[in-house]
Amino acid sequence: MPETIAFLEPKPSVLARRQQIVEDLADILPPGCLISEKRGLVPFETDAFIAYRQVPLAVALPETTAQVAAVLKYCSRYGIPVVPRGAGTSLSGGAIPQSDAVVIGLSKMSRILDVDFANRTATVQAGVTNINISEAVSADGFFYAPDPSSQLACTIGGNIGMNSGGAHCLKYGVTTNNLLGVKMVLFDGTVIELGGKALDAPGYDLLGLVCGSEGQLGIVTEATVRLLAKPEGSRPVLFGFMSSEEAGSCVAEVIGSGIIPVAIEFMDKPAIGICEAFAQAGYPMDVEALLIVEVEGSEAEMEAMLASIIAIARRHGVATIRESQSAAQAALIWKGRKSAFGATGRIADYICMDGTVPLGQLSYVLKKTSEIIDSYGLRVANVFHAGDGNMHPLILYNINDPEDAARAEAAGNDILKLCVDAGGCLTGEHGVGIEKRDLMLHQFEQVDLNQQMAARAAFDPQWIMNPSKVFPLEGRPAA
Amino acid sequence: MSMNFEPTSEAEAADIIRQAAAHAVPLAITGGGTRSGLGNSVRAERGLSTRRLSGILSYNPAEMTMSARAGTPMREIEAALAGNRQMLAFEPMDHRGVMGTSGEPTIGGVFAANVSGPRRITAGAARDHLLGIRFINGSGEAIKSGGRVMKNVTGLDLVKLLCGSHGTLGLLTEVTFKVLPLPPAAATIVAFGLDDAQAAAAMAHALAMPVEVSGAAHLTESVRYRFVGTSHPEGAATVLRLEGLPASVAVRAEKLKAAFAQVAPATVLDHEATEKLWRDIRDVKPYADGTQKPLWRVSVAPTAGHQLVAALRLQTGVDAFYDWQGGLVWLRMEADAESEMLRRFIKGIGGGHATLVRASDAVRAATPAFEPEPAPVAALSVRLKEKFDPKGIFNPGKMG
Repeated sequence: MPETIAFLEPKPSVLARRQQIVEDLADILPPGCLISEKRGLVPFETDAFIAYRQVPLAVALPETTAQVAAVLKYCSRYGIPVVPRGAGTSLSGGAIPQSDAVVIGLSKMSRILDVDFANRTATVQAGVTNINISEAVSADGFFYAPDPSSQLACTIGGNIGMNSGGAHCLKYGVTTNNLLGVKMVLFDGTVIELGGKALDAPGYDLLGLVCGSEGQLGIVTEATVRLLAKPEGSRPVLFGFMSSEEAGSCVAEVIGSGIIPVAIEFMDKPAIGICEAFAQAGYPMDVEALLIVEVEGSEAEMEAMLASIIAIARRHGVATIRESQSAAQAALIWKGRKSAFGATGRIADYICMDGTVPLGQLSYVLKKTSEIIDSYGLRVANVFHAGDGNMHPLILYNINDPEDAARAEAAGNDILKLCVDAGGCLTGEHGVGIEKRDLMLHQFEQVDLNQQMAARAAFDPQWIMNPSKVFPLEGRPAA
Repeated sequence: MSMNFEPTSEAEAADIIRQAAAHAVPLAITGGGTRSGLGNSVRAERGLSTRRLSGILSYNPAEMTMSARAGTPMREIEAALAGNRQMLAFEPMDHRGVMGTSGEPTIGGVFAANVSGPRRITAGAARDHLLGIRFINGSGEAIKSGGRVMKNVTGLDLVKLLCGSHGTLGLLTEVTFKVLPLPPAAATIVAFGLDDAQAAAAMAHALAMPVEVSGAAHLTESVRYRFVGTSHPEGAATVLRLEGLPASVAVRAEKLKAAFAQVAPATVLDHEATEKLWRDIRDVKPYADGTQKPLWRVSVAPTAGHQLVAALRLQTGVDAFYDWQGGLVWLRMEADAESEMLRRFIKGIGGGHATLVRASDAVRAATPAFEPEPAPVAALSVRLKEKFDPKGIFNPGKMG
């Protein structure tokens, strides 16, 4: 793969002091919390954006907020770049390190600290996985709503870093809408707390600014999130269409009619084939496009809502309607959808796009996407959150063929520009990372980015926090 | 010559701000001025109002988004939405009643103050519905952030930062926000005679049930007659709102009423009565009393609200009722504002914050309107302010 996305040049002064830095960090951290051997560092060289790799200088795995603070205080004193890491599931390269950076991994901070059902909050350490929260409160009738497909592995700290979404965000919102407070460490080791169990906080909405800041404003070590009462029941229903356009216009009318299901997921024919082969969920194989629509509530409520949705789907020429017949089948339907990326990875390498478009533009953008892919001689599978217009074309390519890889990256850039030009944005839930960094000027003017970078500098004046990400390397303020 | 600038275009607003920055002239930023008493008094020579930056720019009901210039009157927004059976789901409060102001609230003012009503507990606050903004920073540059789609994590979320910044970081010129369908049916379950602690427990129980309560308030005995009539049983009224499809609301109302009937006499209010009741709760009707008695808006963990009020009642004359499951406490002090005591007690019950919404000029001058922040957070806020408004011309003093 040609290195078309540049990282910041490593600081020679940091590389030259490598041995000293490792010894100092070993003094700061307890035994077993520092990785500095080459073999141990390799697993940290990339994340789920596997096209790029950089072995870090060292990996710190602190066990407490105080240890995170001590490492950051040390790194800021010597101007050493820091890359925060949760589970390393970023699809945009948000956790890919750089050769002069210390990775601070939160995997050892994985305790649930407090569950408060009366106030419906959970306070957890940043390394707790997304699914752990829902599992911990499920028996008492609650859940944590944002559900990224990687929820078995991804951490709440990573979710906050990227403001992660998921299939069920159509009704319940993304991470920022479900986050009440954080404890975080600033670049110089200062520990602050923002928010708490109350529904709002005084002063500027720093919590809102931190959520989705991709590890550039500090390192979140604890989070207080909102719990919700589980619905009485829920049921996914499959709607098969003979064209993507019909499926797209059906989505727009369902939303426009005032019905808001919990989720509306879209798959095109290649995605249906890939997911069905993996999950055997009973997806119809003879259709061009599939919608998974999930409704929830009591039996009577689900029946009433489904009746309205079915009436709309029929107006848009639905070919197949399959209701899940059991909890086991419902689970399979979601397993197939949530495994889409992994299942695709079994048949080819892929880049996953994440642009969001206004609902009225869905059909147009799908059509143009397929034209772009054809023009590069590539293949694509589309599987995405249709209800909020968040598209995920998976561009299939061969990572070992540099020309193929370059074509895939170019096609991806064209698709993201298409999303912006259609009134949307570069990334709906995966983050900018390095992947979309150099496209930022397609969505923003330099003056807009300057204001964002100024806000960033209020938190990290030295630019040591995840510094190669989000903002194009050109146009940054002089050091 | 008027002391107020009222630009009619973003470019004109930017020119005014550039001039003001060049001469270090502080500006009092306002929309319709109906809630400009929120926050500390502003030390400014000139006013800058968005009043003439008005008009809906785009409204696409099927995509559930609207864009409007910041000075667009709320009644214009609400009329357009009502015409399509849609609404602002975060139910922004109208401050005119409690603050004794007149004029037209604007959509920019709603977002600048992050004004959110009873549905906050399920639908989120104003900040959760704001998708994109344009604003002029303190150097006179027009900046955009966010967009018009529901999911957007492209770059730093300046939208949230500006929302609730009370005009101290920039002058909002355009806002793009999410709208939602009006619920076709609504009902309110009312339980009578619970004390504050019992009500807190009952509301927590209701919100743990799978019935999607969209409003949970406890109207204490001293205020309940301002909300619900005398034809009902006596005592405080604990109210829970349900909204949705007619069949859902009917079924859920029965479930909730049955759950409540075990602890208190309960009744159900219909759709029309529900709309009126929650509008009155939203606008804090009992304290829209034409007085200058200090009025506090306190935000704490839901189960802590009643503990705070109980502690205060032992020490001072106070009247109170609760929204947001008990976590939003409206406190009217009978005499002194008691800010020091109030803020000490809030710390004692696990934290939160108090905002002075109304008081006499003398009291306001002596009382920080917003909760003082811990030193490192306050330092961050100061650095951020400098990055947006380097000359310090926007609403100086308002937030600290």
